[in-house]
Amino acid sequence: MTDLSVDLGFLRLKNPVLTASGTFGYGVEFTPFVDLNKLGGFVVKGLYFHPRLGNPPPRLVETASGLINAIGLQGIGVKRFSEEILPRLKNYETALIVNVCGEDDEEYAAVVEYLDKQDGIAAYELNISCPNTKRDGRCPALSPETTYAVVDLVKKTSVRPIITKLSPNVTDIVEIALAAQEGGSDGIALANTYLAMAVDVEKRSPKLANVFGGLSGPAIKPLTLRMVFQVAQKVQIPIIGIGGIVSGNDALEYMIAGASAIEVGTANFVDPETTTKIIQDLEIHCRKAGIQSIEQIIGTLKV
Amino acid sequence: MHKEPKAPIIHKKTWGDYCLLGFQAERLAAEAQPGQFIMARPSDSLHPLLRRPISIHSVLDDSIEIYFQQTGIGTTLLGQKEKGDFLDIIGPLGKGFHLESSLQGKSVAIIGGGRGIAPLYFLAHRMRNLGAFPRIYYGGRTINDIPLRQKFEEEDFEILLSTDDGSFGFKGLVTALFQKSLQEFSPFRIFTCGPEAMMAKIAQIAHDKDISSEFSLEAIMGCGFGACWGCVRKLRKENEEEWSKICEEGPVFQGDQIIWEKEEL
Ligand SMILES: Cc1cc2nc3c(=O)[nH]c(=O)nc-3n(C[C@H](O)[C@H](O)[C@H](O)COP(=O)(O)OP(=O)(O)OC[C@H]3O[C@@H](n4cnc5c(N)ncnc54)[C@H](O)[C@@H]3O)c2cc1C
Ligand SMILES: Cc1cc2nc3c(=O)[nH]c(=O)nc-3n(C[C@H](O)[C@H](O)[C@H](O)COP(=O)(O)O)c2cc1C
Ligand code: FES
Repeated sequence: MTDLSVDLGFLRLKNPVLTASGTFGYGVEFTPFVDLNKLGGFVVKGLYFHPRLGNPPPRLVETASGLINAIGLQGIGVKRFSEEILPRLKNYETALIVNVCGEDDEEYAAVVEYLDKQDGIAAYELNISCPNTKRDGRCPALSPETTYAVVDLVKKTSVRPIITKLSPNVTDIVEIALAAQEGGSDGIALANTYLAMAVDVEKRSPKLANVFGGLSGPAIKPLTLRMVFQVAQKVQIPIIGIGGIVSGNDALEYMIAGASAIEVGTANFVDPETTTKIIQDLEIHCRKAGIQSIEQIIGTLKV
Repeated sequence: MHKEPKAPIIHKKTWGDYCLLGFQAERLAAEAQPGQFIMARPSDSLHPLLRRPISIHSVLDDSIEIYFQQTGIGTTLLGQKEKGDFLDIIGPLGKGFHLESSLQGKSVAIIGGGRGIAPLYFLAHRMRNLGAFPRIYYGGRTINDIPLRQKFEEEDFEILLSTDDGSFGFKGLVTALFQKSLQEFSPFRIFTCGPEAMMAKIAQIAHDKDISSEFSLEAIMGCGFGACWGCVRKLRKENEEEWSKICEEGPVFQGDQIIWEKEEL
């Protein structure tokens, strides 16, 4: 039997397959399709402190092998999440990771402080790609200084491990990743969506009400893969690769490039059973290649 | 709700760019209610990526029919499938029309515009089984847009037809045909599916005449089962500020819940 478990240092996962925030609801939506206990873990939809309305529709547009979304982080807030959703998720034997959002650094810290008092959460994923109201809508992920500041603030009080989820919309991803590490982040999630747009030619108007959105899906895989490889060369903390993964082969590409685990996003909409299939694919690959532990392939790219 | 990755297509019929596909899906057929939909994957490849929402058109024993218009890449690919091919679907999804026993013995109006007729055939059958008296209004741009008229006629449904260009039936919009008929017909409830402007007009008529009404809405959908928050619309509810998911709370809504686009302006 192949050992698919991976040790992130701060968290041991039964396999490297997680789900990406915003593409797996609060987990419960997927129980008709996926046995949540089989997953390495799952990341729930981004949470602000208060409930959030999100953007007006249209919020989605399909592009070549991709999806642009401008959901605007609609969500139920920490209180309702803790009261209504958490009790339903507690009995699953898998790592529950909460994606934490904030309009300023203090909100991130407040969300974590509130959730620290709740049971059943394995780690926090800091979504530092949220527009920041106090910085003209710029998100913390866009500079090493702001990345460091928010990670440092949250890490000071959090009782749980922090995974910082970076934005790919930067010139030098390595310096941002290093800033997150410097701030005390336990891991790096790489990456969020690419800022994008689509135009309706008949109406000469943007296809999204928000004009811009984030591109995800198979179209972005080669772009994020490059970043994972570059960051893996420089940081010591584990990396979770995210972007366009639809198959075991995609997951393996990320792991060979240096990711210790991966998250599946948009593919959950196309085939809600994707995560289960990827776990099977990984098992088959390892067996065929005579690999005893999947950890043996992490960061083994030969250049 | 479940996934049926290989539902075998057992029959197919086309009229221009309209297509009717029948496929075997036992569990789905057992659960399906009129107004519910499926998410169908147009192809196994990664482009086009997303599934397409399509209403359940009819249920026969262990099979389901869908009826759709080929308007873009996804529906064109679905229309290229043949008998013997397989469909990858998820369903039944969403909440359908309300079929309560109080409709027994009542006259109801069922109004479909173009491909909007899709969920209404299933509804008309269930209405009849319930002991209600459905009268169908079916309109399209031209005679080519109302190919299902014969099917309704052969099954002895009371049906009124319209075309915008007058190539068949009443000349004008189906909304005008409906409005005119209200001089001699007073339905207990109205069920509608079609283009947004048509539904908005029917909603206006229903409101003016104080007739209860239900509409099947469309929205661009990422998942179809409540996980992406992509399909939202603002509804008239207690908590007015919240965006509601069409795929989960709908796609069928009561007329008085819906805020029509022109009202928002
Ligand atoms: C609940 C529901 C039930 C439906 N039932 C039927 C039916 O029974 N028969 C039928 O012919 N059509 C139906 N539609 C509309 C159908 O989903 C669209 O025509 C179809 O998605 C268009 O896909 P495309 O790739 O051909 O077009 P494209 O324009 O290439 O599609 C691009 C993207 O936009 C989405 N999209 C485009 N138009 C619509 C639309 N009107 N509604 C929702 N998404 C859209 C597509 O799904 C895709 O993601 C229904 C829609 C909904 C929401
Ligand atoms: C509809 C949608 C909603 C998303 N919501 C969030 C979110 O709340 N928080 C977050 O950190 N990322 C969010 N993302 C980004 C994904 O988690 C993921 O990083 C991105 O989609 C790339 O992975 P993919 O190509 O596998 O989808 C969202 C993506 C999509 C498509
Ligand atoms: S389509 Fe995904 S939530 Fe409705």
